[in-house]
Amino acid sequence: MILYSLTFYLFSSVAVLSALMVISAKNPVHSVLFLILSFVNASGLFVLLGAEFLAMILVVVYVGAVAVLFLFVVMMLDINFVKLREGFLQYLPFGALLGIVLVIELGILFLTDRSSNIYNNQTPLQPIVSEVENTKMIGQILYTEYFYLFQICGIILLVAMIGSITLTLRDKGGVKRQNIDSQNTVDASTAIEKKKVKIGEGI
Amino acid sequence: MNYDILITGLIIVAQILAVVVPVLISVAFLVYAERKVLALIQLRRGPNIVGPFGILQSFADALKLITKENIIPSGSNKIVFILAPIITMVLSLAGWAVIPFAPGWVVSDINVGIMYLFAVSSLGVYGIIMAGWASNSQYPFLGALRSAAQMVSYEVSIGFVIITVLLCVGSLNLSKIVLAQQTVWFAIPLLPMFIIFFISALAETNRLPFDLPEDESTLVAGFFTEYSSASFVLFFLGEYASMILMSSMTVILFLGGWLPPFDVYPLNVVPGVIWFTVKVIFILFLFIWVRGTFPRYRYDQLMRLGWKVFLPFSLFWVVVTSGFLVYFDMLPN
Repeated sequence: MILYSLTFYLFSSVAVLSALMVISAKNPVHSVLFLILSFVNASGLFVLLGAEFLAMILVVVYVGAVAVLFLFVVMMLDINFVKLREGFLQYLPFGALLGIVLVIELGILFLTDRSSNIYNNQTPLQPIVSEVENTKMIGQILYTEYFYLFQICGIILLVAMIGSITLTLRDKGGVKRQNIDSQNTVDASTAIEKKKVKIGEGI
Repeated sequence: MNYDILITGLIIVAQILAVVVPVLISVAFLVYAERKVLALIQLRRGPNIVGPFGILQSFADALKLITKENIIPSGSNKIVFILAPIITMVLSLAGWAVIPFAPGWVVSDINVGIMYLFAVSSLGVYGIIMAGWASNSQYPFLGALRSAAQMVSYEVSIGFVIITVLLCVGSLNLSKIVLAQQTVWFAIPLLPMFIIFFISALAETNRLPFDLPEDESTLVAGFFTEYSSASFVLFFLGEYASMILMSSMTVILFLGGWLPPFDVYPLNVVPGVIWFTVKVIFILFLFIWVRGTFPRYRYDQLMRLGWKVFLPFSLFWVVVTSGFLVYFDMLPN
């Protein structure tokens, strides 16, 4: 029990601190690395909740793929952060407004939903151990009740993918490409041509 | 009450040591075996000075490297530079937590074991990217960029291969995946996926013919050009430990883990851990054999193979396998 609380506070405090570092780090690459640390700790919190499938998906998708490409882009681009920070005071009121709205929303959520809150039921902070694995449970609800929504998500992703490919696809002329089939079909009769060269003339 | 926590903690530490120490020792002997096998392929003798048949060569090398001076380039980003090899090493050892060596011989028998392995192997790229970036030097950076694109590409086909196996098992637990192969090893009905997985594992561990992040003939030593002494040793150990990890993953997914080839008398009295080790050694031999016989891929060929050959093919096999299982009503549970 005490171990669960300790790990919870460890994961959550590191997650919050690294999230703070994401916005305060001077070097953009450090920001991305702190973002990754934050993701990993969030996945640790999922494990503590007993949602091990979500935890692993978070690591595989966000840390293993999205953040790698993100890091890739940040490393390649020479972002001038001093210039980006110039408008800080200008955007401060808007940012503060967003923050206040979020805090109020969270406050409403915590204050009104007391009756069904887990804190009143005195449920221990332990994973809910059930007979069915939560991978199966997610599958059972995703492919039955939310089947159409799930399909629509897939189609939206497909559209986004095709869109980004068409935006970046350029068929420039004059680029030599390897044609593997034509290379593989070459044999002695097509590759070599015999010519009689007259002395002093060349081909 | 407090003693209980202490005892549980000690048992966990003992379990971790019981897995990590044999892994590190097998890394040392894998390096020796690799040099011997490569020497045999190239008609040389290989290491034969330190110890009988040169068997202590790796320990001598490790000792030599650790006692050298650790140079940190002045232009480097020091914290990230030191962190990178540590991350590589830790990640290559973290995966061993879920590997079942024999029935019940596993540190943590979690429900999502195969997902955990997949996640850990996909994190391996961070050590390389961080090393390449923190070195603040051209060759390591090129190596890091290559590695980032390469590992992300081959993860996609590894993911599809895992899905095909999972369709036949119906569970993400590694022990259940092994037990599902009691009638037949998945390498036989899913032979094309086995081959794709093996080749993707080569790319995922940056081994020849896909060692473009390292590529000593064009990039000096790729991402670890600036590393020396103990931090170099960590990269080296990490690479070989993740090689053994990927081989164990191959054995669990396709070669029946700890199961004997046939469940008949002389074979099934041999302990499961022996079968597991023999199979892992076989896959590791294939890794070394491939290194000794194939030339390095060109980078565009590598990308073509990953995206235009493996991805469509493995996607096709996922559809074929699931169609087969549904049509013949063979879906697990």
